[in-house]
Amino acid sequence: MHSSYTRGVYLMCIVLRMSISHTLLGLLEAGPRHGYDLKRAFDSHFGQDRALHYGQVYSTMSRLLKNGLVEVDAVEPGGGPERKRYAITDAGVTDVAAWLARPEKPEPYLQSLLYTKVVLALLTHRDADALLDVQRAEHLRLMRELTVRKTGGDLADQLICDHALFHLEADLRWLELTAARLDRLASEIRP
Amino acid sequence: MSAGLAGRDRADTRPGGAHGPQGPRGGGSTSWRRDLGIGARFALASGRSGRVRTVLTAVGVGLGVAVLLLAASVPAMLTARTDRSDARQIVWNDGPTPGQDAFRFTGADTTYRGQDIGGYWVQPEAGADTTAPPPPGTDRWPAPGELFVSPALDRLLDSDDGALLAERLSGERVGSIGQEGLVGSGELYFYAGTDDLPADSPRSVAWGVSTRGEAIGPTLTLLILIVCVVLLMPVAVFIGTAVRFGGERRDRRLAALRLVGADTAMTRRVAAGEALTGAVLGLLFGVALFFLGRQFLGGITFRGESGYPSDIVPSPALALVIALAVPVSAVVVTLLALRGVVIEPLGVVREAAGRPRRLGWRLVPGVLGLLLLAPLAVTYQAADDLTLVQAAVGVVALLVGVTVVLPWLVERVVARLHRGPVSWQLAVRRLQLSSGPAARAVSGITVAVAGATALSMLLSGVEDEQTFDTGQDPSRAQYEVVAYGLDTAASRRLVSDVGGQPGVDATLGSVNAWGVETDAGMFDFQIADCAALREVVETDSCEPGDVFLTETGRPGGGPEHPDPGQELHFTGEQGSWTVPADARVVPPRLDPSGVESSGVFATPEALDQGTLPDVITRVLVRVDPGEPDAVERIRNVAWGYGFDTAIWNMQSQRTSEEFQRIERGLLVGATGIMLIIGLSMVVSTVEQLRERKRLLSVLVAFGTRRRTLGVSVLWQSAVPVVLGLALASLVGTVLGGLLLAMVDVPVGSWFVFWPMAMAGAGVIAMVTFASLPPLWRLMRADGLRTE
Amino acid sequence: MNPPHAAPALLTATDVHKTYGSTPALDGAGFTIRAGEIVAVMGPSGSGKSTLLHCLSGIVPPDSGTIHYAGHDLGALSDAERSALRRTDFGFVFQFGQLVPELTCTENVALPLRLTGVPRKEAERRATEWLTRLEVQDVRHHRPGQISGGQGQRVAVARALVNDPRVLFADEPTGALDSLNGERVMQLLVAAAQETGTAVVLVTHESRVAAYSHREVVVRDGRARDMAGAA
Repeated sequence: MHSSYTRGVYLMCIVLRMSISHTLLGLLEAGPRHGYDLKRAFDSHFGQDRALHYGQVYSTMSRLLKNGLVEVDAVEPGGGPERKRYAITDAGVTDVAAWLARPEKPEPYLQSLLYTKVVLALLTHRDADALLDVQRAEHLRLMRELTVRKTGGDLADQLICDHALFHLEADLRWLELTAARLDRLASEIRP
Repeated sequence: MSAGLAGRDRADTRPGGAHGPQGPRGGGSTSWRRDLGIGARFALASGRSGRVRTVLTAVGVGLGVAVLLLAASVPAMLTARTDRSDARQIVWNDGPTPGQDAFRFTGADTTYRGQDIGGYWVQPEAGADTTAPPPPGTDRWPAPGELFVSPALDRLLDSDDGALLAERLSGERVGSIGQEGLVGSGELYFYAGTDDLPADSPRSVAWGVSTRGEAIGPTLTLLILIVCVVLLMPVAVFIGTAVRFGGERRDRRLAALRLVGADTAMTRRVAAGEALTGAVLGLLFGVALFFLGRQFLGGITFRGESGYPSDIVPSPALALVIALAVPVSAVVVTLLALRGVVIEPLGVVREAAGRPRRLGWRLVPGVLGLLLLAPLAVTYQAADDLTLVQAAVGVVALLVGVTVVLPWLVERVVARLHRGPVSWQLAVRRLQLSSGPAARAVSGITVAVAGATALSMLLSGVEDEQTFDTGQDPSRAQYEVVAYGLDTAASRRLVSDVGGQPGVDATLGSVNAWGVETDAGMFDFQIADCAALREVVETDSCEPGDVFLTETGRPGGGPEHPDPGQELHFTGEQGSWTVPADARVVPPRLDPSGVESSGVFATPEALDQGTLPDVITRVLVRVDPGEPDAVERIRNVAWGYGFDTAIWNMQSQRTSEEFQRIERGLLVGATGIMLIIGLSMVVSTVEQLRERKRLLSVLVAFGTRRRTLGVSVLWQSAVPVVLGLALASLVGTVLGGLLLAMVDVPVGSWFVFWPMAMAGAGVIAMVTFASLPPLWRLMRADGLRTE
Repeated sequence: MNPPHAAPALLTATDVHKTYGSTPALDGAGFTIRAGEIVAVMGPSGSGKSTLLHCLSGIVPPDSGTIHYAGHDLGALSDAERSALRRTDFGFVFQFGQLVPELTCTENVALPLRLTGVPRKEAERRATEWLTRLEVQDVRHHRPGQISGGQGQRVAVARALVNDPRVLFADEPTGALDSLNGERVMQLLVAAAQETGTAVVLVTHESRVAAYSHREVVVRDGRARDMAGAA
């Protein structure tokens, strides 16, 4: 009981770590922001049940600075790291675009990541439909493989494949639903 | 139908359901009233399709009710006509004394361009001082030279069309005859005042006789009875069908009611309420239609017969029966129809499938009908009440037998139908699955055809008997003018007047005295010139002054002619005449009126007509067929030669025209009924097609040809109709044979059913063609777009 | 289940427009399928999936745009010629309500053959073969009302394939079935189509069903996107 809970939280953290840097980069694309503003923007869009620690923002920003994807736009008088204003570099913009266009490997608990990508695509005026289509194609590719494996396999194979297929299908259903609601989502995100 | 409404009803149902879960009886009068109300609301306010269904039912029932009401008015109509006709008959007792209150009269019926005109010459004994009652419909006696005419005759005389008639009825028109003196509004009738009537004319003191209780012949009674049964049975069947219009959609609506908690008994009551609403609306519509039809029928004249709208009054008892029977039978038919149907919350299950129909009880009505009619075929003679009831029940039973055997027949025959093209397969399989609705729709047509066939046979048989060779030869003469009591000069004048009319090609005048008693026996005499005599005796030579004697060899009696040179003394008269010694005995010749005469044939030079008692002047006339008014001019001429002149029309065959008209009317009536039933078939076919919209679209996607589906619809209506017509022709012919046997008339033709069967085939064609446009529309791919 | 890349295009739609009333159902859609290929047509409800299928199969003529099938321009064919084409070259499976309720299963399957003039006995013999192939020979004398939905869809698949069509149009063939029956129907359909080299246009909104295809086309707002290049 306890261990499975820990595992779930752990998984979620991995997912978050994988996407936080791209998410923050994407948020910067709308304009230069202070670290504190970044945290607030992240929390309001994605942080409903898992607000970002300020330390996470700080460490992510220093890694992005090191990789040349952001730069410090201005430092407010008074010093201290929290007063820095970050701006995205051209390399940063390219990195966000590539990330958004790249389909995620279909796997469980993908929703939060896909949701993040859709919102960022909308915030950055990119084609969210295209993002969904690419992701669906990726899902279907995997589903086809599973279907082939299932058709040729024994009962155990079939059951395992079916489990995966149902999860993938759920993801895709959710994607379809999201795609159908893109217009409303866009108006909520960009009033 | 709103969820709120249904929900409330469900709540209401519970207590009722607790008391009696078993059926309608358990619900009590409150739930009956409530559920009927819901049904009424469904009928009136459940969207367009529901209203269309209600309107169709109302129109169908209304048509039927209107016909029934008209039929129920026939007794009153006949009574009113007979009463008024009786009221203007003249009481003719043998010898009222000529006095203040007496009047002389003579019938003055005439004909004008095929229309009969009735009338009297009248002459009060006391002239203007008379105390005799004036003719019905008038307020005083017409003075000599004055005319009272019916409104229709007045109009005719005023029109250009009546110009020739105006020459005949040349008196001064001083007033019109009111409704109480006329049988119908279109009747042509007149009273002409005169002071010329001979003293030995019939004389009377009063108007009006009673013919009540006078029996019509048994044949005619039977005819009238069968006409009523035959024309009204399909109407009853049709009302039964109309109540079921759109039943399948109704069932689905009831299923929706079950879903929100209604029990079976409640759905039945709701269905009854819907049917009742349609029937009551139909009743109202029918009454309205009846009043319209009454005005219309009162105003038209059909073959000289007409009525008054006020005569067309349904008998109160029959009207009450109609007003009660129509709604009650609507409910009964609906409940019976629902008997084989289980309405579940999620749909409708028809129990009929799988249980084949039994023949046994279905034969009972037919056999009963035969058993009732067969003995009558041997013994029927008089139209006593019991016999008529037996005949009517027998006919109804036989026709009901047709309607109940038909569903069995259709089911049996259709079950045996197999191989065939796709269109045939689709239609046959559909009928195999449920042939009931098709058979029901057709049963109305079947009854109409069976009844009409029987009636036509009866008519054609009677007609054959009434058609006979007259022996008259129209190529020699078409008309015969007969005048009584003219002297020699007047006779000559009549012949030359008639001969001088435009359009008259030839005339043959003669003066006849038949059965003249003499001391030597009773002989016929004819005086005519040589041209005319050659038409009646075979002779090579004829000179003025000749006398011919003929005999026809008639059996019994004394000599047919006196001997040449014999002297004859006329009994009761002063005169005597000697047959010339050179009178020749010659063979007779058939005269143009088809008669071969024996007796004495003399030229005017040999015998003076003044010598003979009671002479009749005859003029045989040949007219130009292209001059139809020639006969009217001849009638005008004859009108001036006394009150008793008559004109006969000669034909080689005399057919009773009445029978032909009745037959034609019957065909028209039967076709009309079939058309109405055909329309109801169109409605149900289209409804059924609409239900199969999706399937039709799928078949089209498959590449099914339009023709295949169209032909399939044709088969689907044709198979039951053809079976129905075959059964109807058979039963109709049997019934017709029985009826003919009853009135002792040989069967004229066994193939009278053909015109009816053809009309039925026309109905199939109509149903198919009327169903095609909706079918084409439904075959578009829209049916596939259901998401 | 490998897509036959080498085969030439069998059925092609270019820039197809179709409007029902004032609602545009197709707005410049394009589509290509090769012989033996299975293509899933996906997209949300009302996106124009079924309309695309109706246009491709010649049931509905498009307002503009061209549809080529094996060298024929469908737009140049008369209604009767398109009907004939559907009888001989195409097969159809729909979601529901497609079997004639009065006919037995054998007669339903034999129907397309009889429409092309095959004698009844021969048509019913071949129909029985196909019913056996789809494992529903037991119900061949039953009527559609007497069998289950899964059996009914298999009968429908048998009917769609009985005339050896070159293209099978399947519009939500498993839409009214549960997962297990849907799986079975799809497996039988795909296996049969692959065996006979029949191309399948598979309209579905279920990805598990679409996973039986070689490739998918997404219809959105009346426009079709071929995902072969995007993947």
